[in-house]
Amino acid sequence: MIGFYSSFLYLISAVLFVLSLNGLSHPESSRRGNLFGMVGMGIAVFTTLAIVSPNPITYLVIFLGIAIGGIIGAYIARSIDMTALPQLVAAFHSLVGLAATLVATAAFYNPSAYGIGEIGNISGGSLFEMGLGLAIGAVTFTGSIVAFGKLQGLVSGQPVTFPLQHPFNAFLGILLLVLIIALVTTNSTTAFWGIFIVSLTIGVLIIIPIGGADMPVVVSMLNSYSGWAACGIGFTLGNPLLIITGSLVGASGAILSYIMCKGMNRSFFNVILGGFGGESDIDPTQKDSSDKMVKRGSADDAGFIMDNASTVIIVPGYGMAVAQAQHALREMSDILKSRGITVKYAIHPVAGRMPGHMNVLLAEANVPYDEVFELEEINRDFSQADVAFVIGANDVTNPAAKTDPQSPIYGMPILDVENAGTVLFIKRSMASGYAGVDNELFFRDNTMMLFGDAKKVCEEVIQALD
Amino acid sequence: MGSNSQNLSTSLAEQANSIGSRLNELASKLESSKLEELASEASTLGAKIGSITQFSHGSVDPLIFGITVLVLSCFIGYFVVWSVTPALHSPLMGVTNAISSVIIVGALIAAGPKDPNFFASIMGFFAIVLASINIFGGFIVTQRMLSMFKRKKPSGENK
Repeated sequence: MIGFYSSFLYLISAVLFVLSLNGLSHPESSRRGNLFGMVGMGIAVFTTLAIVSPNPITYLVIFLGIAIGGIIGAYIARSIDMTALPQLVAAFHSLVGLAATLVATAAFYNPSAYGIGEIGNISGGSLFEMGLGLAIGAVTFTGSIVAFGKLQGLVSGQPVTFPLQHPFNAFLGILLLVLIIALVTTNSTTAFWGIFIVSLTIGVLIIIPIGGADMPVVVSMLNSYSGWAACGIGFTLGNPLLIITGSLVGASGAILSYIMCKGMNRSFFNVILGGFGGESDIDPTQKDSSDKMVKRGSADDAGFIMDNASTVIIVPGYGMAVAQAQHALREMSDILKSRGITVKYAIHPVAGRMPGHMNVLLAEANVPYDEVFELEEINRDFSQADVAFVIGANDVTNPAAKTDPQSPIYGMPILDVENAGTVLFIKRSMASGYAGVDNELFFRDNTMMLFGDAKKVCEEVIQALD
Repeated sequence: MGSNSQNLSTSLAEQANSIGSRLNELASKLESSKLEELASEASTLGAKIGSITQFSHGSVDPLIFGITVLVLSCFIGYFVVWSVTPALHSPLMGVTNAISSVIIVGALIAAGPKDPNFFASIMGFFAIVLASINIFGGFIVTQRMLSMFKRKKPSGENK
C-alpha cells in the first residue's frame, strides 16, 4: 500500500513531531519546536497527496477541504481569548474525534482504497482496528463536546449524577464489546453503526458526572483519547506515522492527567467516577463559621503593606482568569518592582482549567517566565516572604489539606502561603472553593481579606500605591 | 519493503487464476468433471498465493509490526513529555492537538481513492475539513502562546 519513498517521508515527519514535543522542554527552544511540527505535518500531507489518485477533481476537492478548514482554524486561533483556551482545546479535541470516526466510516464503506479488502469482506483484524478507532473517536467527540459545554458555561459545571449510573455505564461498555465482536465476525453494517451510537452515548456519560474543578484532568484525558483515536486509525490503515503520532499524543495526555491527579491527590478512577467538585457532601453552611472573625482590609491597607515589604509572592488562581485581572496584576507588580521589591509568582499544578493555563495568562500579560515558579520550586520561599498575594485561588492554599484528615482535599499538595508574613486574600465573597470546604486561613491573624472583583481590587491597589 | 517478492507473488497469483479460468472454459467445452476439479484447484492456488502476498514483506505480521511501533512510540512519548517544562503544558496540549490531526492522511486517501466510492469520499472530504481546522488552529494558537513567553528584560527597557 505505502511505497518505499512515502514510508521514508512519513518517518521524517514522525521524527519532526518528536522533535516538536522535545522543543517544549524550554521556552527558548519551543518556538522552533512548533515549527518542526508544522513542517512535519506539511511533509505528511504532501506525501499522501502523491499517493492518492492523480485526478484534477480529487485535488480540487482536497484543496477546497484544506482551504475551508484552514481558514476557519486560523480565524478561530487568532481571535480566541487566552482565558478561553481550555474551551478551545476541548472543541479541537472533539474535531479530532469526529474526523477519526469519519475516516473509519470511509474505510468501512470503501475498504479497497486502503487495501484492506472488499465491502462486506474485510479481514477480522482490520475490522477490529476499525471498530476500536471508531469507538475511541466517537467517545472523544461527544466527551469533548460536553467538556466544552461545561467550560463555556453552556452546561452546568455541577457533576450530573443519576441513579444506577455506574451499572448503566458498565452495561454500555459490555454492549460495546459485544458489538465489536459482532462487527469482526459478521462484517455487519448494523454492528458498525451500533458501535458508533453506543460510543457517542458513553462519551457523554463519562464526562457529565465530572465537576468543574476536575476539568484540568478531563481536558488532559480527552487529549489522550484523541491520540489513541489517531492510533486506532493508524492500525486500520497500516500507517506507522499515525501510530507513532497517536501514541505520542496519547502518552502526553496520559502524563498530563497523571500530573493533574497528583496535584489534587486523587486517583484517576476517583476523578472518572465523578461526583466531586460541585455540591460536596459537606455543606459549608452547616459549619459554624459565622462566629469566627475575618479581618477585612481596604486597597489602601494592602498597598501600604506591600509598599513596606521586601518580597511579595503572588498566587494566581482561576478567579484571576475569570476577572481578566492578569494585566492589572502585572501593572501592580511593575510598580512594586520599580520600588525595589522582589515579586515572584507561584503556580499550583491545578490552578486554572487546563494544565499550564496560568502560565499562559501571565505570559500574555508580559510577565517574564523566569519570575514564575512551580509549586516545588517556590514553596520553601513563603517563609521568607513578607506578603503572599492570593488572587482568585482558594483550595490550593488551604492548610486543611495538611492538617485535617476528614477534609475532602486532605493530602493535596498546597502552596504554604500561611508561612508568609501577611496573607492578602482577594475574593469576591466568603464562599468556599470548588471542593466545598472552608479555608481556615481566612480567620488567621496574619490574613487580610480584600473583597471584590480581582481586577478592580488590583486597580485600586495600583491607585493606592501611586 | 520486499516489493520484488511481492510483485512476483502477485504475478504468480494472476497466472494461477488465468490458468484456472482457461481450464474452466475447457472443462465446459469438453464437459469433463476431472478438468473442472483441476480448474478449481488452480484458482484456490491463486487465492492462496494472493493471501501470502499481503504478509510477504519481511515476513512480519502487520499487526505485530504495528504493535511494535506503538509500544516503542509510547516509550519515546513518555520520556519526551516528562521533559516538557510545566510552564509549557498548555502549549504542549496545543501542539499535540495539532499533530493528532495527522489522521488527515486517512482522510486524504478516503477523498481521493483509486476506485472512488461516493459516500466514502464525502466522509473523507468532511474529515479533511475538520482535521485542517485542527491543524491550522492548533499550530497557530500554540504559536500565539509561545510568542508570549518572554525572558525578563534588562531593567529600564520596559518603560
